[in-house]
Amino acid sequence: MYDAIIIGAGHNGLVCAAYLAKAGRKVLVLEANDRVGGAAITRSFGTGFKVSAGAHLINLLDPVVIDELKLESHGLDLGQKTLKTVSLSHKGQHLVIDGDQLTGQVSDEDRSAFADYKAQMTRFSRLLNKLHLRPPPRLKPGRLSDYLDLLRVGAGLRRLGQRDMRDFLRIAGINIYDVLEEHFDNELLKGALAFDAVLGNHLGPRSNGSVLNALHRSSGRINDDNGTFASPPGGVGAVSEALAKAAVALGAKIRTGAPVEQLMFNGDTACGVRLQSGEQIEAETVVSNADPKRTFLDLVGARHLEAEFAQSIHRTRCSGNVAKLHLGLKSLPRFTELDPTLAGERLLIAPSADYLDLAFNQAKYGHCSDHPAMEITIPSVADPSLADEGHHVLSAIVQYAPYRLKGGWEHAHEPFKKTLIDQLDQYAPGLSLQVISSELLTPADIEAEFGITGGHWHHGEMTLDQAFMLRPAPGAGRYATPIDGLYLCGAGSHPGGGVMGLAGRNAAQTVLSGGKT
Amino acid sequence: MKLDKDHYKTAVYPSPFHAKTSVLNETREFERWHDYMSATRYFDVSMEYFSCRNSTGVFDLTAMCKYRITGVDALDYLNRLMTRDVSKIKVGRVGYGVWCDDAGQVVDDGTVFHIRDGEYWLCAQGRQYDWLLTSALGFDVVIEDISHQMTSLAVQGPTSCATLKAMGLAEIETLKPFGLRHYSIEDGELTVSRTGFTGDLGYELWMKPELAEPVWDALFAAGRLHGIKPMGERALAMARLEAGFIQAWHDFLPADKAVRTTHTRSPFELDLHWLVDFKKPNFTGRRALLEEKRNGSRYRLARLDIDGNKPAHHAFVYNRQNKVIGIVTSAMWSPSAKANIALASLDVPYGEPGDEYLVEIYYQRELAWNRVMAPCRVVKGAFFDPPRKKQTPPADC
Ligand SMILES: Cc1cc2nc3c(=O)[nH]c(=O)nc-3n(C[C@H](O)[C@H](O)[C@H](O)COP(=O)(O)OP(=O)(O)OC[C@H]3O[C@@H](n4cnc5c(N)ncnc54)[C@H](O)[C@@H]3O)c2cc1C
Repeated sequence: MYDAIIIGAGHNGLVCAAYLAKAGRKVLVLEANDRVGGAAITRSFGTGFKVSAGAHLINLLDPVVIDELKLESHGLDLGQKTLKTVSLSHKGQHLVIDGDQLTGQVSDEDRSAFADYKAQMTRFSRLLNKLHLRPPPRLKPGRLSDYLDLLRVGAGLRRLGQRDMRDFLRIAGINIYDVLEEHFDNELLKGALAFDAVLGNHLGPRSNGSVLNALHRSSGRINDDNGTFASPPGGVGAVSEALAKAAVALGAKIRTGAPVEQLMFNGDTACGVRLQSGEQIEAETVVSNADPKRTFLDLVGARHLEAEFAQSIHRTRCSGNVAKLHLGLKSLPRFTELDPTLAGERLLIAPSADYLDLAFNQAKYGHCSDHPAMEITIPSVADPSLADEGHHVLSAIVQYAPYRLKGGWEHAHEPFKKTLIDQLDQYAPGLSLQVISSELLTPADIEAEFGITGGHWHHGEMTLDQAFMLRPAPGAGRYATPIDGLYLCGAGSHPGGGVMGLAGRNAAQTVLSGGKT
Repeated sequence: MKLDKDHYKTAVYPSPFHAKTSVLNETREFERWHDYMSATRYFDVSMEYFSCRNSTGVFDLTAMCKYRITGVDALDYLNRLMTRDVSKIKVGRVGYGVWCDDAGQVVDDGTVFHIRDGEYWLCAQGRQYDWLLTSALGFDVVIEDISHQMTSLAVQGPTSCATLKAMGLAEIETLKPFGLRHYSIEDGELTVSRTGFTGDLGYELWMKPELAEPVWDALFAAGRLHGIKPMGERALAMARLEAGFIQAWHDFLPADKAVRTTHTRSPFELDLHWLVDFKKPNFTGRRALLEEKRNGSRYRLARLDIDGNKPAHHAFVYNRQNKVIGIVTSAMWSPSAKANIALASLDVPYGEPGDEYLVEIYYQRELAWNRVMAPCRVVKGAFFDPPRKKQTPPADC
């Protein structure tokens, strides 16, 4: 019998498995797909192309996890350098963001405002990161440890100093559009910064809560730099492979192609799982890396939950709004007036905050954007092994593409792909003629391929109502759930999505300390 | 349910029995109870009360909230909703129960009728449709609010069986407490259950509104020689307190209506331990109730027998050290028990049967206020519990 079964070998499931195994627990990871990594995988598409099919850049993977699991000794490689961000202009007057430096047609005021802005956001993000490294404080009064947790949050805020604390409290809940208007004039800059504030969520730049998402996205650091991006050789799947190696080396067992159908109960306590194949496997503890809705409404079943809790899970918002475009190209595309040495960087199509807002307007009413925002990477520039000789692979995150598209995705799939390629062609004329293979993953496809309800980047919106101890819902905000023996460890739990590893780490610590809700 | 397009113009309806009750109501006193006019009294509260203790009293139950639950998961659904084991309520039986929120606090109490194979009715004093739908996620059930499609009468008292028998309900005397049976009447169905809110021999009749008047006429014709009388809300309230039954908004605050979590009550705190079945692996409130069982409750429901004859409405209860230990939630002078009785909610650990306390009673005499500190004792069981309540067949049938 196993001490713990982990449902899902997403990166968080693997992290959780590694920590549990490290503590001497007998762990079995059961993954539905035939490879590990969840939404952090590298796989082939088209003829001879390989791509990071879900996540394609690393910006949140926590150094604590890298360190504690000695991931580098298991092959973790985040690449030679971090990426610059290029905010593309289709006229060719691009803006390059490198750390706190700007290159392009930018005023001195914007330059210095950006350095200040970036520094302040970094201070805020680091505070957030401290909160990410432990289970969120409980809301229930009564326990000393919870008061201490709350005090720690308060003390962290105070330590920011009076000016920062006021600013933090003022902006944390509001929208990025207004904040950017206060600081900057440059449209390309505002577009790029607003993009990071809405990415992965059903948020427009004028939606409250977008600042929080921006802080979340810059809470990770690579080489001790907040808000930078890495493109690992071999794609993001290589990160998952390293995690799997670490977990296995520590003693965890991983089975792929093993979809779990149902949780098994002994009375009211989870005691194992039944696979779709009918096989039953028992364990002391079950930890779910699947998203909260899948975990509670499918694998557990609403009827095994108490009524109010079942409703609050049912009501969590997790309709994805992001699509993924993969193109196999004959040669390296030429973006208008872009220095060719920048082709391998992180390229954004978000020419202004208003552009994003207009794109979001359509999504609000159930349509995909006619002029979507994009985050483009061409990983084959740094890692030619991803495509045949001379060929290139382009991976683009596309926003907005609502999961609940009016009229459904079936007929909209191909026209939307064409819209995207046409749009890229505007920025890189001739690109459409270079396409050998193409693949579009809509949220519906993401749901089908990765088993994520609604195809949501974070397994559920990253907004205040679904953050910290409210993530995914009250009663399950600290990895333990109302069901004894069942824990959550995925992006649907604090601190949320992105390839980060902290949900898996915190969950493991909760399991090890026998934590309750 | 299809609504008339002008439905919003009328908030309160006459009950389907109104043509009958309004003639009998000498006081013309009606009050609003949910969507219906309900008689508070007909001629004299104590006479009406005595009809249900000495002969037969008839109470118009139209405004009770009634829900029909069908579908393959009906039983599983009810078992998850309620704290008791509903599978023990076989076809043709009725069971009392409570349902809780996730925090294990009582939302309401009511009765489950296992009407037919696969069909249950749930009857409650308060509106529960929202709560019932909230609880339905994941179950294959159909939940219908049949409050307006079914109406009912309570026929209570020692001669109630003889009355129904005279009305032509064959073998009604063999119906056991908490049993139910269907009869055909006027081409319609009349469902009779041996249930009630008086703690006496008694029945409840369930029918479509079209049958209301013919049933009333047949009932009163049959009951004429059995002393049948209509009874209003105030008389019923007396009978229920003597029987020791609790009532929402008096003895507990429905959990879904409470703002302050300390103001609600768990089933344990309402002396309903027997309704909580932890053998069921899951029901709403189970986790919290298990924890309460381990760690202890906050309150205890106590039945008080108070010296003197001044009803202890809303009185504080004190221990011998003059410390407030709780409040009276319902009180009256009981004509049948010949005692000054009350239900109280006391702080744990107070309220052991046999304990003696003081209640602070304020009463008016010719507009002047007086106060007594009346000694009282905690007693066990119903204040009035006649053997005829359970007797089958009843003595006169
Ligand atoms: C299109 C897209 C692009 C993204 N880009 C980035 C990016 O560039 N950078 C970044 O940091 N983040 C990105 N993200 C977010 C990131 O990929 C996710 O938040 C993260 O991968 C979630 O990890 P996880 O381990 O919590 O869950 P997942 O990766 O979703 O893993 C859950 C695992 O559970 C398995 N599972 C589910 N149900 C069962 C079952 N019944 N039985 C067995 N196994 C089951 C699934 O197959 C899956 O492997 C992106 C997300 C999307 C959708």
